Amino acid sequence: MTTVNPAAAVQITGLQKAFGDLEVLRGIDFEVARGEVVCIIGPSGSGKSTLLRCVNLLEEPTAGQVYVGGVELTDPDVDIDAARRRVGMVFQQFNLFPHLSVLGNVTIAQRKVLRRSAEEADRIARDNLVRVGLADKVDAYPAQLSGGQQQRVAIARALAMGPDVMLFDEPTSALDPELVGDVLGVMRKLALEGMTMLVVTHEMSFAREVADRVVFMDGGVIVEEGPPSKVIGDPAYERTRRFLSRVLDPAAAEVEE
Amino acid sequence: MTEHAEAAPRLTRRQRRRLILGGEYGVFVVAVVLLASLANWGTLKTNFAEWRVAKTLFPDIITVGLRNTLLFTVTGFALGLAAGLVLALMRLSSVPPYRWFAIAYIEVFRGLPALLIFIFVGTGIPIAFPGVEFPGGVYGQAALALGIVSAAYMAETIRAGIEAVPRGQMEAARTLGMSHGRAMRSIIIPQALRVVIPPLTNELVLLFKDSSLALYLGVTLQQRELTKIAQDVTGQQGNTTPIVAAAICYLIITIPLGHLARRLEARQKRGQR
Repeated sequence: MTTVNPAAAVQITGLQKAFGDLEVLRGIDFEVARGEVVCIIGPSGSGKSTLLRCVNLLEEPTAGQVYVGGVELTDPDVDIDAARRRVGMVFQQFNLFPHLSVLGNVTIAQRKVLRRSAEEADRIARDNLVRVGLADKVDAYPAQLSGGQQQRVAIARALAMGPDVMLFDEPTSALDPELVGDVLGVMRKLALEGMTMLVVTHEMSFAREVADRVVFMDGGVIVEEGPPSKVIGDPAYERTRRFLSRVLDPAAAEVEE
Repeated sequence: MTEHAEAAPRLTRRQRRRLILGGEYGVFVVAVVLLASLANWGTLKTNFAEWRVAKTLFPDIITVGLRNTLLFTVTGFALGLAAGLVLALMRLSSVPPYRWFAIAYIEVFRGLPALLIFIFVGTGIPIAFPGVEFPGGVYGQAALALGIVSAAYMAETIRAGIEAVPRGQMEAARTLGMSHGRAMRSIIIPQALRVVIPPLTNELVLLFKDSSLALYLGVTLQQRELTKIAQDVTGQQGNTTPIVAAAICYLIITIPLGHLARRLEARQKRGQR
C-alpha cells in the first residue's frame, strides 16, 4: 500500500491503462506538488494524453490509484462529479459548447453545478474572460472566434470553476502557428500566478521556460523526468535525445527504414 | 456538292441546340392543344371546381376540418416527440433491456401501416378493454395513434442527432463536474435538437397528412377533419369539388412547411449556428 501524500496536488501510483489488448500505460508513479507546472512530452502513442485523461478519470484506469488533493478518484465510491470540479481541463479541440455564447459557455457549469446565482456566475465569468484577454467577446458564439480565442475561452471556462489543478491536453496542437502565442501567453501567466498545471505539449520552448519539471514518456512508461534544463537540455537517455532532435529540428530527421 | 461542304458540319452547335429545343417545345404545345381541345371543360368545371358546392363547404371546412386536422397533428406530434425522445435515450442506454425495448418498438412500429394503428386504437382497444375511456375522446385516440407511429420515426431521428454531437462535448461537460444526466439535458440534447429540426419538420408534414386517417376512428360531425369532410360532402353532393378544396387546404400547409424544412437543412449545411 502506498502512502498518500496529502500535500501533493496530484498523486498517481501504479497506474495502468489498457484498451483491450493494447497496453497504453504500463505502471506510472508520479506526483505533482501544489503550484508546480509539469510538462509531459513524448512521441505520439506514448500514453501522455491517456495519462492526463486518467487524472480526472475521463479514462478509467485498469489498475492503480489517482489522488487529487488527497482524495482518491479511483475509489468506486467517490463522488466523481464533485472531484472533477476541482480539476480543470483544456482540450486539443477546445470543445466549447457551440449552442452557447462565450458568456454562456463560462457560466453554465457555475450555474448548474456550483449553483451560483446568475449575477455571481456572470461576474466570475467576466473576470476570467478578462484574465484570458477576451473581455470584449462575451456575446460572441464559438463559431465566430478564431481557434486561439476559442481555446482561451475554454481556459476561462475551466478557471471559472475555481479548480485546484489545471490539465492541458495539447492545447496548441490544433492552432494555426500565429495563434499559438496568445494561448501560451495565457498559460504562462497562469503558471506565474501559482496554478498547479499538468501540460501535455509539443511546445518545447514553453516547457523549457515555464515548466518546473519535464516528464518524458515513451511506450507507456516515464523514461525520465527532471528540471527542463536537464530533460530537454541534457537528456540522459538515447530515446529522449532522439525524440527531442525530431521535435526541435523536424527537417533533419532521417527516415527510418 | 463540293468537297468543302462535305467536310463542314451540316449544322453548327448553336443551330443543332435550337433545333432540338424547338422540337421539344413543339411536342409540348401540340400535347397541350390536343388535351385542351379533347377535354370537356364544362364537365370538368362542374365536377372539380363547382362554386355552388364549394360555398356549402364554408365555414366548416376551415372551422371544423382544418382546425381538427391541425389539432390532431399538433397533439400527435407533441406526444410522438416526447415518446421519441424517451425512446432515443433508451436506445442509447447502457442498460441492455432498455435498448432492447427501444429497438423492438422502433422496428415494430416503423414496419406497420399507420392505418392499422388507427384501427387498433379506434376499434381494437375498445373491444379488448370495454369501458376504457380515452382522455379527450376521439382527440385522445387520434393523438395516441399518431404519437405511436411518429414516436418510432422520431426516436431514430433524435438518436442520430444525439450521436452527431461530438464526443468531446460530453467530455467537456463531465470535466466541468456535470453529471451524465445534467450534461445530456444542458449540453447534448439542445445541440441534438438543433440538428434534428429539419427532419422533424418533415415528420410534421407526414403527420399532417396522416392525420386524415382519423376518419377511421368514428367521428361526430364536429370532430371531422379535412379528409372526412371532403369525403362526406362529395358523397352528399355527388360532386368532386370538396376533394379539390380539401387538397388545397392541405397544400397551403404542407408546401410552405416543406420549403421551411429544406431551408433549415440548407442553412445547417452552411454551418450557421
